[in-house]
Amino acid sequence: MNFSEVFKQSNQLCKVSPNGKYLATCVQYRLVVRDVSTLQILQLYTCLDQISHMEWSSDSLFVLCAMYKRGLVQVWSLEQPDWHCKIDEGSIGLVSSRWSPDGRHILNTTEFHLRVTVWSLRTKAVSYIKYPKACQKGIDFSRDGCYLALAERRDCKDYISVFVCDDWHLLRHFETETQDLAGLEWSPNGCVLAVWDSCLEYKVLLYSLDGRLLSTYSAYEWSLGVKTVSWSPSSQFLAIGSYDEKVRILNHITWRKIVQFEHPATIDNTKATVYKEVERRPAVPSDELLLHNITMGSTLFNTQSKYEICELPVQIPLVKPEPDRANPKIGVSVLAFSSDSRYLATKNDNMATAVWVWDVQKMSLEAVLEQTSAVRCFQWDPQHPRLALCTGNSKLYLWSPGGCVSVQVPAEGGFQVQSLMWHCSGNSLILLGKEQLCLCYMETEQEEQ
Amino acid sequence: MPEVPLVKDVRRSSVECRTPPLRQFSLPSLLLHRSPHTLRAFCTEQNVQECLSHINQEVSSLGLPPVWSELDSSSELNNVSVLNCMYDLIQLHHRSLRTLENMEVEQIKLSSNVDYLKLTTGHLKEQLELSKRENTGLLERERQLQLKVKSLQNCLKNEKEEVQKLQSIISSRASQYNHDMKRKEREFNKLKERLNQLLADKKERKQAIDVLNNMGRADGKRSLWKTEKTKAKHEGEMYKTLLCDYDSRQRELVLENAELKKVLHQMKKEIAATLRLRKLSLKGEKPDLGGTQAASEEEEEEMFDSSKESVELNCVHAREKLTNSIRLQWRKLKSHVERLDSQVFLTQAGESTNGDAVPRETHEEEMERLKLEIQQCKDFIQTQQQLLQQQLSSPCDEDAATLLNDGYMLQEKVRLRDEWKILEEQRKIFEKERKNFTEAAIRLSHERKIFEEDRATWLKHQFLNETKVSSLLAPEKLIDCHLDAASSTPDVSLTSPSVADLQHKLSLIPENRSTKPKRQSEDTNDLCGNDHLQDKQWTDSEDLSSHSLTQEKNCTI
Repeated sequence: MNFSEVFKQSNQLCKVSPNGKYLATCVQYRLVVRDVSTLQILQLYTCLDQISHMEWSSDSLFVLCAMYKRGLVQVWSLEQPDWHCKIDEGSIGLVSSRWSPDGRHILNTTEFHLRVTVWSLRTKAVSYIKYPKACQKGIDFSRDGCYLALAERRDCKDYISVFVCDDWHLLRHFETETQDLAGLEWSPNGCVLAVWDSCLEYKVLLYSLDGRLLSTYSAYEWSLGVKTVSWSPSSQFLAIGSYDEKVRILNHITWRKIVQFEHPATIDNTKATVYKEVERRPAVPSDELLLHNITMGSTLFNTQSKYEICELPVQIPLVKPEPDRANPKIGVSVLAFSSDSRYLATKNDNMATAVWVWDVQKMSLEAVLEQTSAVRCFQWDPQHPRLALCTGNSKLYLWSPGGCVSVQVPAEGGFQVQSLMWHCSGNSLILLGKEQLCLCYMETEQEEQ
Repeated sequence: MPEVPLVKDVRRSSVECRTPPLRQFSLPSLLLHRSPHTLRAFCTEQNVQECLSHINQEVSSLGLPPVWSELDSSSELNNVSVLNCMYDLIQLHHRSLRTLENMEVEQIKLSSNVDYLKLTTGHLKEQLELSKRENTGLLERERQLQLKVKSLQNCLKNEKEEVQKLQSIISSRASQYNHDMKRKEREFNKLKERLNQLLADKKERKQAIDVLNNMGRADGKRSLWKTEKTKAKHEGEMYKTLLCDYDSRQRELVLENAELKKVLHQMKKEIAATLRLRKLSLKGEKPDLGGTQAASEEEEEEMFDSSKESVELNCVHAREKLTNSIRLQWRKLKSHVERLDSQVFLTQAGESTNGDAVPRETHEEEMERLKLEIQQCKDFIQTQQQLLQQQLSSPCDEDAATLLNDGYMLQEKVRLRDEWKILEEQRKIFEKERKNFTEAAIRLSHERKIFEEDRATWLKHQFLNETKVSSLLAPEKLIDCHLDAASSTPDVSLTSPSVADLQHKLSLIPENRSTKPKRQSEDTNDLCGNDHLQDKQWTDSEDLSSHSLTQEKNCTI
C-alpha cells in the first residue's frame, strides 16, 4: 500500500472523472485537475467565487463548478482550456446544480425550490420544471441515463414526474400515496422506482417505470419510520433502514420482506466474527531518543492500533439519544451493498462506533467491526468485496472476507481522515481530511512479492 | 301381694346370690341354678345350721346385724332378729328396686340423650361436610379471583407500557412536527425577506447563459424535434425496457423452477430407493408385509407417473402430485427412521454396548478431530492477522524503512553508474571504429581513383599500340578495333550489334573504374577466348559494369 503526498483541498470537493483518469479538486476558488496516476497538475481553472459544488460530466470532458452564494455555475472543458461557460441564475438564486446524464445539460434548482431550470449547453435553450419538492432526495437519474424522476408537491399532494433525458419530454406524471414524500431512487436496472415517506410514517412504495404502483410496504405504524433506503446492485434486493434499529430486505419478485437484520447491543449466538480495534500506546521514549523521535515528526503522537477478534458475547457501546429532539440519533442511517451484491454494510446511529457487515447470500451477520471512535464514512470497493472505513483519526481501516486491517496514513503533521472514496478501478482510495487530501494506492497482485 | 314380689325378689336375689362363694353347699348352689320353684329345697331340716350360718354370713356381708349368733344356745332363730333382718332385707330390696327404677329411668334418659346426641352429631357432621365443601368452593373462587387479579395486573402493566410507548411516540412525533414547522417557518421568513428584497431591488438580475460555442451532442447524433412520433417512440422504448426486464426475470424464474423440479424429482427417487432398501432389510423383522407391498405398488405407480410428469411440466395437478408424493415418501422415511432409532435405543439399553461402542467411539474421535481442526484454524487466523498487521505496519516504521530505502537507493546508484561507464566506453569504441571506417573508405576511394587512372592510362597505351594496326577506323571505331584487337579474336569484321555492344562497353569503361584488376584480367581473357561466347562475355561484362556501377555508387556515398 503506497500513499501519495498530501495536497490541499477545500470543502471536501474532490472527484475522480468517470473514466478514472483525472482527479479534480477544489482549492478555495480554483479548480485543479490532476492525472490520477502521476498526480501532476494538468489544468488549473479559476472561478469567480468559492466553489460550493463540483461535478464531472459523464464523458469526463467537462467539469461543473457551482457557486451557490453568487448563483453562478461555471463549466470548464478539459480539452480546450480556453472554452468557458457561465450560467447566471440571477436574482432567483441557486441551491443545487447537477449534470444531466448526457453531459450536455445542467439542472439548477433555484432558491426555495421554486423551480428546476434545465440549461442546454448545446442550444442555450432553457426549460423549467415547476414545483419540485424540497426533500431528502427529490431527484434521481436512472443508471442508464435515460430517465429522470422528480418529486413534486402541488396542492399539498405529492407527485412524481418521469422525464426522458433525451429531449426532456414528460413521460409520466402520477400522484403518489405518500403523506410527505422524502425520497425516491431508481433501481439499478431502471425498471422500478422506490419511493419512501418521511420518518413520521413507515411507507415504502414501489412504482414501475410506466407509473403503475407495484407494491406498498409498511413494517409498522406510528413510530418513526424509514431512515434510509438502498438498492442492491443486481436490483434483486431493496434494503430499508429504519429508526427501530432494524434493516428489512425486500425481494424484487414479491416485494415482501425476506429477512430482517437486527442490531442488538449484545451480540451473542452468531457465527460472525467481531473485530475490535485495540490501540497500542507508544513506548515511552528514553531521554536519548527523545530528540530523535521529535525530529521523526508525528510518530510520537500516533498510536498504533490493530484488530483483535473478540469472543462472544460482545457488548457494543450504546449512546441513548435525547428523547425530545427531532431526528434522533438512533436507527440505521447508512446502508451500502458491495458491488457483487454479496455483502451489506450497515451503521446504527446509536452504536456509532460499530459497522455491521451482513452476508446477503446466507442472510446472516458476517462480521462486526468495533472502532475506538465513531465511524465517519465507509465505502465498498467498486470492483472487489472490500470495505474501507475511517473514523476521523489518522488511520484507514479495511475489511475483506479474509480479514481486517488498520493502516496508519503516513503524513507529516497528522492527517485526520474525514471521508474517503474509491477510484472506479478499485486500485486506489482517495482520503479526504479537513483541508487535505491524500491518495492511497492498493497493491495489486502482480506487484505483491 | 307380698308373696309374688317376694317370689320375684327371691328370684332376683337368687340370681344375685349366684355369685357369692358357696363352698359348703354345693347342693344348694345346684338348687339355686334350677328354677325358683325349688327354693324351698335350700333349707331342709337337716342343714338348718348350715343354712343359718350361711344366711348369717350373707346378712353380715350385706352389712346387717347377724341373724343368729353362735352364742345363743337355742338352735331356734331369734324371731326379732330374723324379722328385723327380713325387714332390713325388704328395705334393702325396696331400696334396690327403687335404685333400679331410678337407674332404668336414668338409663332411658341416657339412651334418649345418646340418641339425641347421635342425631345432633349426625346433623353436625352433615353441616361440617357442607361447610367444608363451601370452604373449598370459596378457596377455589379466591384462587381464581387471585389469578384474575394477577392477569388484570399484567394487563394493566402492559397497558401502562403501551401508554408510555405511545406517549413517547407522540412526543417524538410532536418534536418532529415542531422541528418541521420551525424549519418551514424559517424558510417562509426567508422567502418573505427575499420577496421584500426583490420588490425593493430596482435592478433585477436576469438569468443568462454565456457559452463560448455550442457543444454538439454527446453521442454525435442530431437532435430531433418534439413531435407525436418522438413521444410514441419514447413510450415504445419505455415499454421495451420494461418488457426486457420482465422477460429476463421470467427466464430466470423458469430456469430456477426447472432446477427445483429436477431436485424434487431426484429427491423423490432417492427417498424411494432408500425406502425400498430399508424395507428389504426390515422385511424379516417387520411382519406388516401387506403395508410394504402396498407401498411398493405405490412407488411403481409413481415411477410410472414421473414420465408423465416430465411432459406436463406446467400443469398445476402435476405439481401438486409431485409435492404430495414427495411429502408421502418423506413421511414414510421419517417413520422408518424413527422406528430404527427406537430399535437402536432398545438394543442399546438391552444388550452390551459392544457393537454400539464403536460408532460412539468413532463419533467421539470425529468430535475430537473436528475440535482440533477448529482450534488450528483459529490459531491460523490469529497468526494471519498478526502477520498482516506486521506487514502493513512495518512500512510505517520510519527508521528502518528510510535506512532500507537509502541502502537500496545507493545500490541502484552504484549499479547505474557502472552501467553508464560501460556504455560510455562502448560509445567511444564505436566512435573510433566509425572514424577508422570512414578513413578506410576515403583511402579506398583514393586508391580506386588512382587505380582507375592507371588502368585508363594502361588501356590508352594499349589502344595507342593497336591503332598502328588499324589506323583507317574512326577514333571510336579505332577504339572498337582496339577492343577487338584486345580481345584478339581472329574475326576482325564486327557486326553492328557487336559494335554497339563494344560502344556500350566502352562508354561504360570510363566509369568502370572500380573493377578489380583480377576481374579485368578475367574479362580480357574471356574476350580473348571465345567468340561463340561473345554474348556471354558481353553479358558478363555488363554484369560486371552494373556491379561496378553499384560499387561506384557506394564509393560516392
